Amino acid sequence: MSTAHATAGDPPGAHLPEHPDFLWRTPEPQRSYDVVIVGGGGHGLATAHYLARNHGITNVAVVEKGWLAGGNMARNTTLIRSNYLWDESAAIYEHALKLWEGLEEDLGYPILFSQRGVLNLAHTEQDVRDSVRRVEANKLNGIDAEWLGPDDVAKICPILNISDDIRYPVLGATYQPRAGIAKHDYVAWGFARRADEAGIDLIQDCEVLGFTTEGSVDDGTARVTGVRTSRGDIACGQVALCSAGHTSTLLDQLGVRAPLQSHPLQALVSELLEPVHPTIVMSNAVHVYVSQAHKGELVMGAGVDSYNGYGQRGAFHIIERQMAAAVELFPIFSRAHLLRSWAGIVDVTPDASPIVGRTPYANVLVNSGWGTGGFKSTPGLGWCLAHTIATGELHPYIAPFGIDRFVTGALVDEHGAAAVAH
Amino acid sequence: MQLIDCPWCGPREELEFHYGGQAHVSYPPDPQALTDEQWGHFVFFRDNPKGPFPERWVHGAGCRRWFNAVRDTRTHEFLAVYPIGAARPGVPGGDA
Repeated sequence: MSTAHATAGDPPGAHLPEHPDFLWRTPEPQRSYDVVIVGGGGHGLATAHYLARNHGITNVAVVEKGWLAGGNMARNTTLIRSNYLWDESAAIYEHALKLWEGLEEDLGYPILFSQRGVLNLAHTEQDVRDSVRRVEANKLNGIDAEWLGPDDVAKICPILNISDDIRYPVLGATYQPRAGIAKHDYVAWGFARRADEAGIDLIQDCEVLGFTTEGSVDDGTARVTGVRTSRGDIACGQVALCSAGHTSTLLDQLGVRAPLQSHPLQALVSELLEPVHPTIVMSNAVHVYVSQAHKGELVMGAGVDSYNGYGQRGAFHIIERQMAAAVELFPIFSRAHLLRSWAGIVDVTPDASPIVGRTPYANVLVNSGWGTGGFKSTPGLGWCLAHTIATGELHPYIAPFGIDRFVTGALVDEHGAAAVAH
Repeated sequence: MQLIDCPWCGPREELEFHYGGQAHVSYPPDPQALTDEQWGHFVFFRDNPKGPFPERWVHGAGCRRWFNAVRDTRTHEFLAVYPIGAARPGVPGGDA
């Protein structure tokens, strides 16, 4: 007992053991960087990693208003898949999936990437037609995909209720075997550790309050010269906005309008259970998606709450409906207890595709609008955004996602098309 | 569950309502005169503030009438409800 008590004169906690080694430094912000990335979530950290790894650019700061990977990166349901309908989406999500497949080696850090496959259920004749079409589109894009009837669905996921007397019977499903889940925190820590090792400054507790600018948007000479943060002004050569649900608040500071709407997206976990659920099951018609985490919780997500919100919480009736759907599809879950529920803030666009690319400020790139697809795109987006920052040329995989498509009409309409859950 | 104060029916459960997005976005008087950019902005671009936001709601499972509300997007708290066509009221803490 006596060793547990500090002696007079010691600071509080002096008797405690040393803190384990940190995975990254906690640097003071320098006054200037070549690149400032706003947002220390998955996308910001991945962009930093690939700037260093692929392009040797390390005079970079990632500024984060909270703690690293404490926003949506800590709140998502970790699903990774690339079975999107349109060529533009398939290209970047498949690029991401291929990077996921080698990410553990690249980062030298365990990320528990488990390719257990995803079933996207079809409940109506129209669902079936759309799903078969998406499977064929996926195949043309070199993405693994197949259409399965109810009996084959049950072989992959035996606990799924395929009887025809439920409200939304399972008429079949698309299956992408290479889809999977990963441990989201480890992914963030792996990227952060690598970026930090390369000399990139990860600056937490550093909120961007505004920007210093020069030139004029009207004649195309506008540039950002620095970011004003809660820890002082930081001059910068380029800025990349990777702040997900809060992107609008930053763009408002610059006077740039974007068709983004921030919504709560809820998720929840059950208590820890024996392994019962071997794959990922998604159902858009009843708005639920379910996997089982490595340590045993059932992880479920819903569609977004209908109204705009920055509150990181949603309405309980969304969860009620989600549970009703889950229990009908998985009768075995009916005795499971909900352990925790939470919400993240996702920025949603009119066509359910991201907005990535240039802004009216020549040295500011925006990366936003990923809605419910942000986590799975993490390495792919980081790779492409780093390329764009380093070369000044839009990477071909992000080029279709510029904000100008809402004027030209060249939308990438994944609403309903790609098993997007919002 | 949150209660929403319908101007005609009084406080009812949130489940009875549907969301209609930003209020006070009126149809352009002469759409043909708009540039592509102006039209794109009318169709797709809406405000997304973190704070008080004027928006449309419909009491779909009640009187089925539309109304406007100012709601704080940080807390989801309704600060005011008012009829369609009325000016946005000033609200405490709002940026009017």
